Amino acid sequence: MARYIVRRVLWGVALLVIVTAVVFILFYVLPTADPAKLRAGRTANPQLINDIREQLHLDDPIYVQFWDYLKNVFLHFDFGQSYLSQASVKDIIFDRLPATALLVVGAVILWLGIAIPVGIISAVKRRSLLDRTTMVTSLAFISAPVFWLGLVALYLFANDVGLIPLFPGQGSYLTADSFLAKCGSMLLPWMVLAAATAAIYARYLRSSMIDTMAEDYIRTARAKGLPERQVIMKHGVRAAITPIVTLLGLDIGLLLAGNAILTETVFNIPGIGQQIVLSIRRSDLPMIQGIVLFGAFFIVIFNLIVDILYAFLDPRVRYQ
Amino acid sequence: MSAGGNLLEVEDLRVHFDTDDGVVRAVDGLSYSVDPGQTLGIVGESGSGKSVANMTILGLTRAENAEITGRIRFDGEDLLELDDEGLQRVRGNDIAMIFQDPLTSLHPFYKVGKQMTEAVQAHQDSSDAEARKRCIELLQLVGIPDAERRFGEYPHEFSGGMRQRAMIAMALTNDPKLLIADEPTTALDVTIQAQILRLIERLQSELGMAVIMITHDLGVIAEVADDVLVMYGGRAVEAGSLDEIFYDPQHPYTWGLLGSLTRTDRPRSADRLSQIAGQPPSLIAPPQGCHFRPRCPHEFHKCPQTPGLEARSGSRTHLDRCWLAAEQKRELRVGPEGEIGLAERQEPVATPTAES
Repeated sequence: MARYIVRRVLWGVALLVIVTAVVFILFYVLPTADPAKLRAGRTANPQLINDIREQLHLDDPIYVQFWDYLKNVFLHFDFGQSYLSQASVKDIIFDRLPATALLVVGAVILWLGIAIPVGIISAVKRRSLLDRTTMVTSLAFISAPVFWLGLVALYLFANDVGLIPLFPGQGSYLTADSFLAKCGSMLLPWMVLAAATAAIYARYLRSSMIDTMAEDYIRTARAKGLPERQVIMKHGVRAAITPIVTLLGLDIGLLLAGNAILTETVFNIPGIGQQIVLSIRRSDLPMIQGIVLFGAFFIVIFNLIVDILYAFLDPRVRYQ
Repeated sequence: MSAGGNLLEVEDLRVHFDTDDGVVRAVDGLSYSVDPGQTLGIVGESGSGKSVANMTILGLTRAENAEITGRIRFDGEDLLELDDEGLQRVRGNDIAMIFQDPLTSLHPFYKVGKQMTEAVQAHQDSSDAEARKRCIELLQLVGIPDAERRFGEYPHEFSGGMRQRAMIAMALTNDPKLLIADEPTTALDVTIQAQILRLIERLQSELGMAVIMITHDLGVIAEVADDVLVMYGGRAVEAGSLDEIFYDPQHPYTWGLLGSLTRTDRPRSADRLSQIAGQPPSLIAPPQGCHFRPRCPHEFHKCPQTPGLEARSGSRTHLDRCWLAAEQKRELRVGPEGEIGLAERQEPVATPTAES
């Protein structure tokens, strides 16, 4: 088991270095805009640009720049400075992390809370009205893009512009002063973010559960005389939910790179997703690079957690 | 089969499944009985309905698309009339079942001991420690060495034979009166097969339980059965004592089964193993009358009518479903070298894939 974890950790580190390299190549080698000119701003003159080139070591060979960047990132946890504000990329990320974390954690809890019961019940009560309704609804949510769903949700339920003013609307996070108020302002974003994923998870769990309930060991559990509840919850769900854990690890990471950006933009939540949109608009390269790397780091970390968790969930993995 | 003291009595059991392709008559009018302490061997090929019939005893075939009729009397109760709770009371308690593949039949995520104690506690009010003690005793009884350590291991840490032993131990947790063994040796190595059969026989005589041994292998039947039921296409085609079935088989399908046994005590008459030409019947649109008719070389004008399962050979306990006269059968079943077998059908068998 210890060897398994060490191996996974080493793989994770190697993967991060590779991601760093790719990010580095993408943002330092490919862009046509000269970072020095960007940094110099409107009042640029050749002398200033040259000074900045020197200061940023832009004239060094690429591998030297890469090595310096790697050293800064891995040894000093330093992602450089924003071209625009001169502030540390790291500080900006950590400043914006709480909003994104609250958004993601709440959404995950909500989508699992919906998807797990729905998936189990529709698998057990297959072809029932409930099963059909939830499956059709989930298809609708899967098909709806999250930014559209966000706008519709605001139009319907936001307490400022909504037809049925139920929940705090756009920008309410900015004015929320307590944790509870922040959670309140997150209700709509959570629902929007959770809707599509909950639908996917419910369908996934349903089919996983249907497969599991046809397994021989379920027949054995019934033949033992266990109550059907125990057969479903203990023998069925236990096996059917394991693949969901893998999915969850991937999705939490991917959330930062996709739907969280859209949701934060639609709802005006000052999180990392909103920051990267801003940075891309302004070609703030160190900022973009830092956030992408940060996201990659989370994806790697969550995968690592999943791999380790999987070994605990499925005893067979430990012996491979 | 003695009358009166039956432990299990299946009467005119029908299990039909409504599928997109039509109604599958998996079991179509099956009757048999098992006495306390006896072993009934049920033999038949895949799709003959032998497993479905016996899973129905425990209500394991109940489904929305299943239509189940008939009677299954066990200890004075009709199991078909029991509700879910009633079934749970019987399952794993009075009647236990073991299955073909012990690897897939055990839950991969739970320790063997945990899966056993669960069976104990489903029916008895026993503490974890009591249940554990009982299970370790049973693991020892079925011949698993180092039972205390094995109790805490996962199924994938067991070998195939040990897994089946563990399955058997699990089935025994509540002292069942009847053990249904559904092809318990099919997935095992030949050497292990014999051990498992001997184990089941030993346990049966020690614990005095009845056994239904379901198999496609007449060799297994010969080793363990007292009585034999031969199934074909959802029906019983022949039933009798072990000797009657092996020495005076009445149904051509039984002759075919006996003829296709590999025997080392006789010279090999042909350069390849004999087989029954043709395919098992469709259970959606079975042949009219005798189900074996399309594959039978002795088909004649009465065969499109369904023969009843009756005593035709002179013995009251020996039943079969074939219109041929007993004398005729005794002549027809003997091959050129004096062995029992099924002659080749003259005209080609109706199914296109059949070799002849």
